[in-house]
Amino acid sequence: MDLLMEGFANALTPENLMYAVIGVLLGTAVGVLPGIGPAMTVALLLPITYNVDPAGALIMFAGIYYGGMYGGSTTSILLNTPGESSSVVTALEGNKMAKGGRAAQALATAAIGSFVAGTIGSVLLVVLMPNIADLVVKLGAPSYFAIMLFALFTVTAVLGSSKVRGFISLFLGLTIALVGSQTGQARLTFGRPELADGIDVVVVAVAIFAIGEALWVAAHLRRRPLEIIPVGQPWMSRADWGRSWKPWLRGTAYGFPFGALPAGGAEVPTFLSYITERRLTKHPEEFGKGAIEGVAGPEAANNASAAGTLVPLLAIGLPTTATAAVMLLAIQSYGIQPGPQLMDTEPELVWALLASLFIANVLLLVLNLPMAPIWAKLLRIPRPYLYAGILFFAALGAYSVNFQPFDLGILLVLGLLGFAMRRFGLPVLPLIIGVILGPRLEEQLTTALAISQGDISTLWSEPVAVLVYVLMAVIAVVMAVAGWRRRGHDTDEIDRVLDRAAATDADDI
Amino acid sequence: MNTSATAPPRRVDTAQYGLAAFVGLVGVVVLVDGLGLDPGFADQPVQPYAFSYAIGGALVVLGGLLAVATWRGDVAEPEEGEDVDLSGGLDWATLLQLVAVIVIVIALIGWLGWAIMGAFLFAASARILGSRRLLLDIGVGIAMSLLSWYGFYVGLGIPIPAGILDGVL
Repeated sequence: MDLLMEGFANALTPENLMYAVIGVLLGTAVGVLPGIGPAMTVALLLPITYNVDPAGALIMFAGIYYGGMYGGSTTSILLNTPGESSSVVTALEGNKMAKGGRAAQALATAAIGSFVAGTIGSVLLVVLMPNIADLVVKLGAPSYFAIMLFALFTVTAVLGSSKVRGFISLFLGLTIALVGSQTGQARLTFGRPELADGIDVVVVAVAIFAIGEALWVAAHLRRRPLEIIPVGQPWMSRADWGRSWKPWLRGTAYGFPFGALPAGGAEVPTFLSYITERRLTKHPEEFGKGAIEGVAGPEAANNASAAGTLVPLLAIGLPTTATAAVMLLAIQSYGIQPGPQLMDTEPELVWALLASLFIANVLLLVLNLPMAPIWAKLLRIPRPYLYAGILFFAALGAYSVNFQPFDLGILLVLGLLGFAMRRFGLPVLPLIIGVILGPRLEEQLTTALAISQGDISTLWSEPVAVLVYVLMAVIAVVMAVAGWRRRGHDTDEIDRVLDRAAATDADDI
Repeated sequence: MNTSATAPPRRVDTAQYGLAAFVGLVGVVVLVDGLGLDPGFADQPVQPYAFSYAIGGALVVLGGLLAVATWRGDVAEPEEGEDVDLSGGLDWATLLQLVAVIVIVIALIGWLGWAIMGAFLFAASARILGSRRLLLDIGVGIAMSLLSWYGFYVGLGIPIPAGILDGVL
């Protein structure tokens, strides 16, 4: 508690508060823009923090993170075309509400629900982090190796209907991670000195997310603009409050655990929340026509799971969503390696970050409710300027890493890969997680085998590692059985939503 | 699925064979590159080629699996999005022009610097994407590239190379 208070004291200096405000405003503004989800928001805004001190930069990022998430839900409510997979479910009822003249209430329940869920999620994070860090610090290299394999496996296999595509994406990512001479020998550098240090992950993220997306949209640009529903000041009546608060809490209960597990994001909890609310509602006739419960629950689940993803990210350094992956890059770019030691080596930083999550949440509510009509105007930005701007900032971000034209070349090549991935329905998340975790997988394996002097049985010598492998086997069997049983049946609703979520997965960035 | 007898004629996504070939090719390149690595130090428990072999091998297998799936009628689900209209075909002209713009930027940025090439990148991309107000596009592009250059230089203390404008900015 004292530590948290100290964290608040650090985060509430005028300078850091300013960073938080800038972060929330920028995050929301960029997140509202169609085609840009939270992960791309964070990736594009990464250069801004290069010369800010680590605490200030992390605080700014907490704001960008929450702002980007909230911006994404605004887009899905007002445009009915969710920008990120986690907002697919929100759009189901949210857009119907907006069409029925209740856009203000939909935005309000989304914002307040996000606030409630984010705050509860942050409390859970504060309570859990020190305990989990104590547990994690006891793990050896074999367990780390197993957990990373598990994360790669679940992120690849659980989402999306085509497992082959998921694994192709994963192994392409691992290939990109091979480039360089980290192991003492130059792999896949083709004699280019620029490649000796490997490909900068920031360049990979910006290329796959921003360039790939901009090129993809440019080649399919909707010539007729989407209908945007005008919105007034968000507000809710007593009845709306009465119908919203339980879904908020239930959504939070779904979202946080799913986010904390290395099983990939907010799609499953938002969907579970939606079907729960539809079952429990006293107004079943409104579902499908714009029921406020159908917005309140999934939005809370979405935000709670975002808080949950910070548990593996901070405790193990394990990103499980695209946004978390980019957050990890941001943290690493300040020379900080998230993991169990972080609590010991940089306690002020961790607590300042945790405190800033609360602050970002409050700011989000205070700034975004009154400003919703302004954000809605951003949806009208001329598309040529929007996508030219994405190309501009992506090039700036990649160029500012080392000022090498060569990096821009890599940006273009990987951007074209990102384009092809969208054309062929390859999910983007496994690739980016593969790029980040590939080298660390190799590192943990090397450490484990060095300690055991090459005895491979060390890999299953720790109980946690064994447990993780068993879990992986169980998931694989369950998926195989489910796939076999589904053959010959029409796909059910869950599959359709998960497929749609996977199809929009790239914008998560 | 008792309608399999009357199933619609199999649609083959031919372009997907290209993706399968690409994946297989990347796998082969990784394998060949791995073969060319010297054995590392004797006490190195994981040799540098170990991951190359595993990843390259997996890619070759996956490329094969995708080719088989394609042959059996597997069709990709292209990504949806707010501004994406999948009903029309792929607009190759726009795509190629944008790629050309980026190639020009890569070729000239060392000489002309970010301030000029950033403005060019923005204005040219906006034009290709359908903006018809040339002067406004150029003006916005120049404003953005100058703002970002000075923002990085003054605000963040990062001097982006100015290229030909060195000393002018």
